[in-house]
Amino acid sequence: MLLLPELSIFFFSIVCLFFSVSKNKTGVVTFARLWPLCVLILTAFCITGNGDLFSGAYRVDLFSQTLKLLMSLGLCLVILMLDRNKEIEEAYLPEYYMFFGFSILGLMMLASSVELISIVISLEISSYSLYAIVPLRKGQTRVQIEASMKYLFFGAISTGIMVFGMSYLYGMTHSTFLADIVVAFPEFISKPIGVLALILTLSGFFFKLSLFPFHFWAPDIYEGASNNTTTFIATIPKIAATALLIRIGMLALPVGSTQIVTIMMVLAALSMTVGNLVGLVQKDIKRLLAYSGIAHAGYLMLGILSLSKEGNASALFYITIYVFMNLACFYVIILMSRKGENVTVNDLAGLSRRSPILALLLAVAAFSLAGIPPTGGFTGKLFLLTSAFRSGHLAIVIIGAVNTVISIFYYLNLVRMSYSKEAAVSIEPIKLSLPEKVLCYLFIFIILYMGILPFGLLELFKVAV
Amino acid sequence: MEQYLLMNRLDFPILSTTIFLPLIGAILVLLMNNDKVIKITALVTGIITFLVSLFLFANFNPATHLFQFGEFIPWIPAYNLNYILGIDGITIFLILLTTMLTPICILCSWTAIKERIKEFMFCILLMQTAMIGVFCSLDFILFYIFWEMMLIPMYLLIAVWGGPKKDYASIKFFIYTLFGSVFLLVAIIAIYLTNGTFNIPEAMFKGYSFSFQFWVFIAFALAFAIKVPMFPFHTWLPAAHTEAPTAGSIFLASVLLKMGTYGFMRFCLPIAPEASAYMAPYMIALSVIGIIYGGFVCLSQTDMKKLIAYSSVAHMGFVTLGIFSFTLFGFEGALLQMLNHGITTGALFFCVGVIYERTHSREIYDNAGLGKIMPIYVGFFGFFSISAFAFPGTNNFVGEIYVLIGTFIQSKWAGFLAVVGAVLAAAYMLKLLKQIIWGRTDQSAIKDMNAREVICLLPLVLFVLWVGLFPRPFVYVMEKTMTHLFNQLQSILH
Repeated sequence: MLLLPELSIFFFSIVCLFFSVSKNKTGVVTFARLWPLCVLILTAFCITGNGDLFSGAYRVDLFSQTLKLLMSLGLCLVILMLDRNKEIEEAYLPEYYMFFGFSILGLMMLASSVELISIVISLEISSYSLYAIVPLRKGQTRVQIEASMKYLFFGAISTGIMVFGMSYLYGMTHSTFLADIVVAFPEFISKPIGVLALILTLSGFFFKLSLFPFHFWAPDIYEGASNNTTTFIATIPKIAATALLIRIGMLALPVGSTQIVTIMMVLAALSMTVGNLVGLVQKDIKRLLAYSGIAHAGYLMLGILSLSKEGNASALFYITIYVFMNLACFYVIILMSRKGENVTVNDLAGLSRRSPILALLLAVAAFSLAGIPPTGGFTGKLFLLTSAFRSGHLAIVIIGAVNTVISIFYYLNLVRMSYSKEAAVSIEPIKLSLPEKVLCYLFIFIILYMGILPFGLLELFKVAV
Repeated sequence: MEQYLLMNRLDFPILSTTIFLPLIGAILVLLMNNDKVIKITALVTGIITFLVSLFLFANFNPATHLFQFGEFIPWIPAYNLNYILGIDGITIFLILLTTMLTPICILCSWTAIKERIKEFMFCILLMQTAMIGVFCSLDFILFYIFWEMMLIPMYLLIAVWGGPKKDYASIKFFIYTLFGSVFLLVAIIAIYLTNGTFNIPEAMFKGYSFSFQFWVFIAFALAFAIKVPMFPFHTWLPAAHTEAPTAGSIFLASVLLKMGTYGFMRFCLPIAPEASAYMAPYMIALSVIGIIYGGFVCLSQTDMKKLIAYSSVAHMGFVTLGIFSFTLFGFEGALLQMLNHGITTGALFFCVGVIYERTHSREIYDNAGLGKIMPIYVGFFGFFSISAFAFPGTNNFVGEIYVLIGTFIQSKWAGFLAVVGAVLAAAYMLKLLKQIIWGRTDQSAIKDMNAREVICLLPLVLFVLWVGLFPRPFVYVMEKTMTHLFNQLQSILH
């Protein structure tokens, strides 16, 4: 019972696998749209699950189940957003869904893993599926192959670094179980080897989160991969990365090591600043969102480096709203591009006339990414800043605040292009079907709801961490 | 809570009603398709909100300095974040100003805005919700949400319906204001971590350490000085004012600028009294520089809207001067002057909008010599112009006298320089007036103001004369709040 979410998503992938070898592939789309909803329901059903599996290597608790719920919700939305006619070659569709499924499976396992080896294995399951789907794009060119290779190499290197760090952890504490490491680790925490081990271990997740200096892959992969693949890569793996940062960050929790916090603070500050400054000059919206993602990884670190329950809860809250606002932005891109091509900032000109809903959705998402009330981005940022401030890190709070101002320029540019610029040549309006409109309104509602009335959610996360 | 907030005794939550009525109107507007119906819906919403706020005013109890009509709903308990509303003698006027100007803004855009009317009215009504919300909030985060929420519709008003340089102006406005606001947010978090609550009245007069007060003051003052705008931070203002559509200019000048000075009064003085007193000489210096500088810049303007925009810098200098004079006269004068500037400058922007709609130019030269062609227009314009340079018998005279009395008590030099600034105001306004009325004589025929425009301006004329000739009722309502603020400051500083 405890493994129900994982098993159901595994079943999803296997069925897709059968579809891919069978001749008749017509049913796969319907199946792929419906089954994740079942997964979502099953996961919601299992949210109170609690227990240890596989001799303590795998823990099912509220924390992991909440994240799994979030991931399956993300998967549902990503699959609903997929426009199969323009994104992916029809023939590869079953495999595409299958890799999504395996990736989610790995991420779900990651959320529950409390042992170093299983962490590595789960991480690799999720990563390898992603390496495979990056080049799957209609009209594939070298760009996609290049993006995929870059992702693979950077991923492999960061995994290597992570495993190296884990070997130190094992060497110091003689255990691969986080529960044992927590007990034995404090005596090493202020020694160079302890700091090194922890930071190197975290690197693997810094990579997933595209935190500076592990961010180099993000812009190229975002640009190269198809719009839908990017949507997936930009959102769901980051949930799991945050979860693991919290779990492993707990190692430093009991004593609070200044060196580790300082390193994280420097990384966060650099990540925010680099992401936002480079974001200013981007023309391609997906590249822009990649740099915005780098900046947001920095914001997220504010919660992690607080090394407090409150900080962790706010990091979780932030990643949740981050997922939704990014999904919203990518949905605009997916609906705007007619043949699955990338959309540039200049293409947005006249969007408010072509499709008022999309313009509104983009504006809400952009203001949320920038952290302007009354959107969820603001509420999340407020919680992050508060928890970092409470832990006494005023400097990083001010850097974060100033970065908000830098970033507003390019977010505002998106709104400006779609509202106040007219297209040079008149382009036909974008026709949206009813489900697409519903999804748009749903995103707007979620972003505003999380901004105005985050009832319950924060309490849930607080209990969970 | 009883020591600072009187709960609402009416049958319905009147403050929430005032705040969210425009929002409901805005949503209704979104659902409509006929331009005519949209305009009428927006106007009716504006008028109903105004009537509700009049009802609010009628029930306002001027005999207490406490916050009234209180509403309290827990919001995010994990952060001790509550939905608290309440108004006192300062905010009741600012709310009335906002609700009075909104229908006027809608009416003045009746024919001036030709495209995307639905979105325009949506923005205007959203602005109104945010502005009233700012004045009613007694919780820092609630305040901050409304404060920032204002930026979005204002940005859109400038960026979509603005003049030729709207891109530059709107982005500059947004980034400048946001830059100030983020430090406001940091200061709010600092206060929260000290007090454990985001409640505003509970943060007042707490006797924080001087260094804490100092940094909080700096952070607050940066945000508010940009909004006012005080002298070195004023550069966004002329651009935004000039490019905004008339309704946007009126909102900007009449209400948004007041938020800065309101912030000084509501936050800086009670939360950081010692730091405020310490910084007062610098703030007074900046105010005086603003008054003189604004005056001189106005003298050399050829664009009517720019001239009035720069005159705002000078007028708002009087307001900050009054606040930082730390006298009762100064405080009351500052609040009066906030209202007066809102009315007079709003009316002047309205007048510029009227002429722009006819000649499509804001240059003084293009609009010169209207005296014979548009007698009604020139009559109104002349009236508001003499009110703008504080002619005795008009509202600004009363406000400036109060401020000057306060200033002379505090510093003779500042008072003297402020008087010089007042003379400069007469110089540039009369120069403008001369051009507009007499100027060249080869103007082609332009239609005079129509009934709609006259109806908009009449309440403002009434207000100008009322405050100018009989300001006592206004002073009476604000007196208790101001006296309380003054006494609290006195007891801390002496």
